[in-house]
Amino acid sequence: MTGVGGALLFLIGAPFAGGLLAGADRIVTARMQGRIGPPLLQPFYDVGKLFQKSRLVVNPFQPFYLWGFLAFLLVAGALFFSGGDLLLTVFALAVAGVFLALGAFSANTPYSHIGAERELLQMMAYEPMLLIAVLGLYQSTGSFLVRDILGSDRPPLVELPGVFLGFLFILTIKLRKSPFDLSTSHHGHQEVVKGITTDYSGPDLALIEVAHWYENVLLLGFVCLFFVPLHPALGIALAIATYLLEVFVDNTHARLRWQHTVKLSWWTGAALGLANLAILDLIR
Amino acid sequence: MSLFKKSPWLLHYNCSSCNGCDIEVLAALTPMYDLERFGIINTGNPKHADVLLVTGSVNDQNLEVIRSLYAQMPDPKVVVGVGICALSGGIFAQCYNVHGGAAAAVPVDLYVPGCAARPESIIDGVIKAVEILQQKADAMRGRRRTATAAAREAA
Repeated sequence: MTGVGGALLFLIGAPFAGGLLAGADRIVTARMQGRIGPPLLQPFYDVGKLFQKSRLVVNPFQPFYLWGFLAFLLVAGALFFSGGDLLLTVFALAVAGVFLALGAFSANTPYSHIGAERELLQMMAYEPMLLIAVLGLYQSTGSFLVRDILGSDRPPLVELPGVFLGFLFILTIKLRKSPFDLSTSHHGHQEVVKGITTDYSGPDLALIEVAHWYENVLLLGFVCLFFVPLHPALGIALAIATYLLEVFVDNTHARLRWQHTVKLSWWTGAALGLANLAILDLIR
Repeated sequence: MSLFKKSPWLLHYNCSSCNGCDIEVLAALTPMYDLERFGIINTGNPKHADVLLVTGSVNDQNLEVIRSLYAQMPDPKVVVGVGICALSGGIFAQCYNVHGGAAAAVPVDLYVPGCAARPESIIDGVIKAVEILQQKADAMRGRRRTATAAAREAA
C-alpha cells in the first residue's frame, strides 16, 4: 500500500479513522472515570456543529497560519503513506507545528500566547527523540524511505526496543495527552483555556480538530513501522493498543511543568534512544 | 441535521452567586450525572461555547464582564439563568449595587428554578435550552439562505 494510492487513502480515510479513534478515546476515558461517556460519533457531531457556527476571526493572519498547519500536516501524511522519505515527513510535521504556534502568537489573548510558547517548548522536547527514532529505523533497515522499511525482513522493533520506548514517551507529547498536554490543556475549563486554540472558533476550530485527527493517524502509522513485516492487521491492532496505553497514561497522570517535560524527554531520548543506537552500532 | 442538539458546549459564569448553584453546575459534570453523555462539554472559553450558564445576580462589577463574554460567543447562542438570583437577583436584589437577574445584562432564553438549583433541573434546563439553540441555528440558516437569494435577485 504505497505510492499515490497510499497518499489518497490517507487524505480521504484519515479523518474518518481519526474521528472514530477520538470517539473511542472519549468513551474509554469516560469508562475509566466511572462515567458512561458520549456516543462513538461524538467527535463528528462536534466538528459538524462547529462548521455551522458563525465565524469570528480575530485577525487575517490566523486563518492563514491555520491553513499552513493543515497543509503541511497533509504533506507530511501523504509523504509517509505514499512510502516517501521519513526525514522529510518529520520535517514537514515540525513546520506544521510551527504554523500552529504562529497562529496562536498572532492573537492577542494571553492564553493563546502561553499555549504557543508551550507548544514551542514541547517541540523542543520531542524533536530530538523523533529524529533518533528516524535514525534508528535507518540504522536497522538501511533506508530512510518508508517503502524500503516496509520491505525489511524482520521488525525493526527487535533491534530498536529502546528507541521504540523513547518514541512511545514522546508520542504522549505529540498526541497531546497528560502529563504533557501543556500547550492545549485537554479540558477547556483548565488553567490555559485550551491554550493554543483559545482564539479559534467555529469552522476554524473544526479545522484544527480535523487536523489533529490526521496527525494522530500519521503518528499511529509511525508506530506501525516498528512492527512492519508482521501482518498489517496485527500492526494496526498493536498501534491501537499503543493508543489505548496513551489514553490510560492520560487518565492516570497530572500535568507536568514544562521544565520537567523538557528534562524528562531529553533524558529519556538519551538513555533509551541514543544508548540503543550506540549498542546497535557496537554489536553489528 | 440537528447537530446543535448533539453537541452543546457550555460556558459557566458566576456573576455574584453564593456559590451554591455553581457547586450544583459542577455536580452535573461528575460521574453521577455525567453531562458528557449528551455531548455537553464545559469549555470555559466563550469562543468555543454555545450555551452561557449564568448563576447569581448582576452587579456593577460583573455587568461588563458578562456582556463581554456574551459578545465573544459566536452565533447561534443561548443563555440559561440558573437559580433564583439569575432570575430576579434573589436575596441580593435589594443591595445597592445589584442590577437584578442575568436579564439585566444579556438576553436570557431560559430560567432554571431553585435555590440552589438541583443538578437534575440544571440538566433539564440545558436540554430545553438546546432546543431553542437548534431553532436559532435553523433561523440563522434560513436568514442566510434568504440573503443569498436576495443577492442573486439583485444581481
